[in-house]
Amino acid sequence: MKKILKNDGVQSLLASLICILLGLLIGYVVLLFIEPSGAGEAIKAVIKNFLTYNKKESQLKYLGNTLVKAAPLVMCSLSILFSYKVGLFNIGAAGQYCIGIACSLYCALALKLPWWVCTLVAVLGGALAGSISGLLKAYCNVNEVISGIMLNWIILYGTNMLLTNVKEATSPYTKEVARTSAASLLPTLGLGKFFNNNKYVGVSVIAAVVIAVIVWVVLEKTRFGYELRATGGNKNAAKYAGMAEKRNIIVTLAISGALAGLGAAMLYLTSYEQWNCSTSSVPGMGFNGIAAAFLGGLNPIGAILSSFFIQHITAGGAYVDKKIYCAQISDLISSIIIYLCGFVFFMKLMMNKRIAKQEERAQKALAKKAAEGGKEQ
Amino acid sequence: MTLLVQYTLIFASVLILVALGGCFAEHSGVINLGLEGTMLVGAMGGALTMRYLTDKLPTFALILLVILISMAAGALYCSLLAVASINLKADQTIVGTALNMLGIAGVTVVVKAINTAANPDDVSSVINYGAAREKFLVKLGDFEFSWFMLVTLILLVAAYVILYKTRFGLRMMACGEHPQAAASVGINVFKMRWAGVLISGAYGGLGGIVFIMAGASEWRFEYGVAGFGFLSLAVMIFGQWKPQRIALAGLLFGLFRALSNVYSSFDFLAKMDIPSPVYNMLPYIISLIVLAFTSKSSQAPKAEGIPYDKGMR
Repeated sequence: MKKILKNDGVQSLLASLICILLGLLIGYVVLLFIEPSGAGEAIKAVIKNFLTYNKKESQLKYLGNTLVKAAPLVMCSLSILFSYKVGLFNIGAAGQYCIGIACSLYCALALKLPWWVCTLVAVLGGALAGSISGLLKAYCNVNEVISGIMLNWIILYGTNMLLTNVKEATSPYTKEVARTSAASLLPTLGLGKFFNNNKYVGVSVIAAVVIAVIVWVVLEKTRFGYELRATGGNKNAAKYAGMAEKRNIIVTLAISGALAGLGAAMLYLTSYEQWNCSTSSVPGMGFNGIAAAFLGGLNPIGAILSSFFIQHITAGGAYVDKKIYCAQISDLISSIIIYLCGFVFFMKLMMNKRIAKQEERAQKALAKKAAEGGKEQ
Repeated sequence: MTLLVQYTLIFASVLILVALGGCFAEHSGVINLGLEGTMLVGAMGGALTMRYLTDKLPTFALILLVILISMAAGALYCSLLAVASINLKADQTIVGTALNMLGIAGVTVVVKAINTAANPDDVSSVINYGAAREKFLVKLGDFEFSWFMLVTLILLVAAYVILYKTRFGLRMMACGEHPQAAASVGINVFKMRWAGVLISGAYGGLGGIVFIMAGASEWRFEYGVAGFGFLSLAVMIFGQWKPQRIALAGLLFGLFRALSNVYSSFDFLAKMDIPSPVYNMLPYIISLIVLAFTSKSSQAPKAEGIPYDKGMR
């Protein structure tokens, strides 16, 4: 039992579960404050999400929707954790995701290019945004958090400007990809029929899982990944060991950006969502990616699970009784979870301290026993 | 032209206040990335005060109360950052980001709950303070002077005096430069950092209420504060963590932000036909360029962002 508890992975999992439970508990308390009578029902709705429906067909359909939106979230959290392993906090993932939206939708709606070209351009767009942050960090010593934040806003306004060219005449939303350019839709591979003919489910769900595995292999099992992590551990040590530390920083943020950009293509090329050309804040997907990355214990496979969970409760927010509560209660819960994720290091420290104390006590008891035994003889 | 000056001054007030907030936290050694959320919470505090008390108080008392409650709300909210980053040694970047998201989600939930409780058909996150807003303004010809401008000036001078002329300020700055050295001469680093973060929250919260009252008589809280918290961080870095330079940087950035509101009234700018998002982007583009040239010789507090560990002495 103690050995299991000492394992770093198990500790991460425990810490994440504590974060989730506390997050839900605080969310429940907030609901109680607003209106005690419906709070139980509301928090159940948030946790159940698609399970609120009684019919199996509807459940499957809405499970499909959750998966479609979880896929880009997986990509954003991979983007965050990839750079975090290299010691960089890529808060610019939100902007890189946004530029991915701009590129994929413009290629699809204005140029009517096939889906793989749209996706590629989105990936390149994200990589470009990431490498700007990387260049500024490597050569001008600009903190990547600050440059990322600035780029987020520049990209948001740029996206609004570019996509205004392909919006509906009467609404602020862009045209639907499905109706305007069918060739730009991501292939569904016939997966939809497993989800009660949900036409949005497709290659993106599988791709997200595959890419998560690839990211894990690259980071943990290749020389390239080792070099990147070494650069993150100590920039100067990496430099003296003969690694190109500047190049590593730029490459990391470019890859990180590419992942976020790909995530945007995965969602918007299914035609699931349209972009609102008067959006006034950076899309939350990138920030939720931070939550998913840390909740998943900074492990790519953990990121898949945590992304699904976060998307699950976010979608669940739509099912609370709108006459009393509002859907943002799920955003509240997920932001509390991220806040608590900041304490993971502290929680692990406490766990290790306790284990160490117990071991010490056990050893002392043993020593005492041995000493007493010695006397008797 | 008067309109441009007026907008420049009011936006500069916001940026200077919030940037000074960031400045206090960083001088004590804590990076406050959560200023965006802090502004929103402060703004909610002030807006709710106006919603309930506008008719019940004389003008002076109302203004004072709005300012104090906004500051208190901001400081209270920032204590979440203080607990996490000072006492529990959490990663300040994660906690700051979380506070921004928590700010917008929490404020939306609270305001919607209040609105829905007052009127079951009202599910919006809007608070209207049009009547109270008039009381904060003094008309000087075309120019609308806001009392907030004066308050900003006072708090700017206060920040300079506190940081450079008082024992408290100098000690606090020591904790941001070299906490171990500060501790060795008997300064309580934890207390100093707490003080820095709480002052930061107070300035940030006040900046929030000034921002939402700059040009609107009601605010939809789910929209947040449009990146002003982040822009203020750029102002702070551009001002090299010094109050007097932050004031100049704030005026410059305020000017660009004001241009995006009123550029159409200038003939030569209107003729150039630049789309309005470009004006919105400008402050961010300029700060990126400025940062690229100035970050090599940064005057940032040396120990910012690093949790204080007694054992490192």
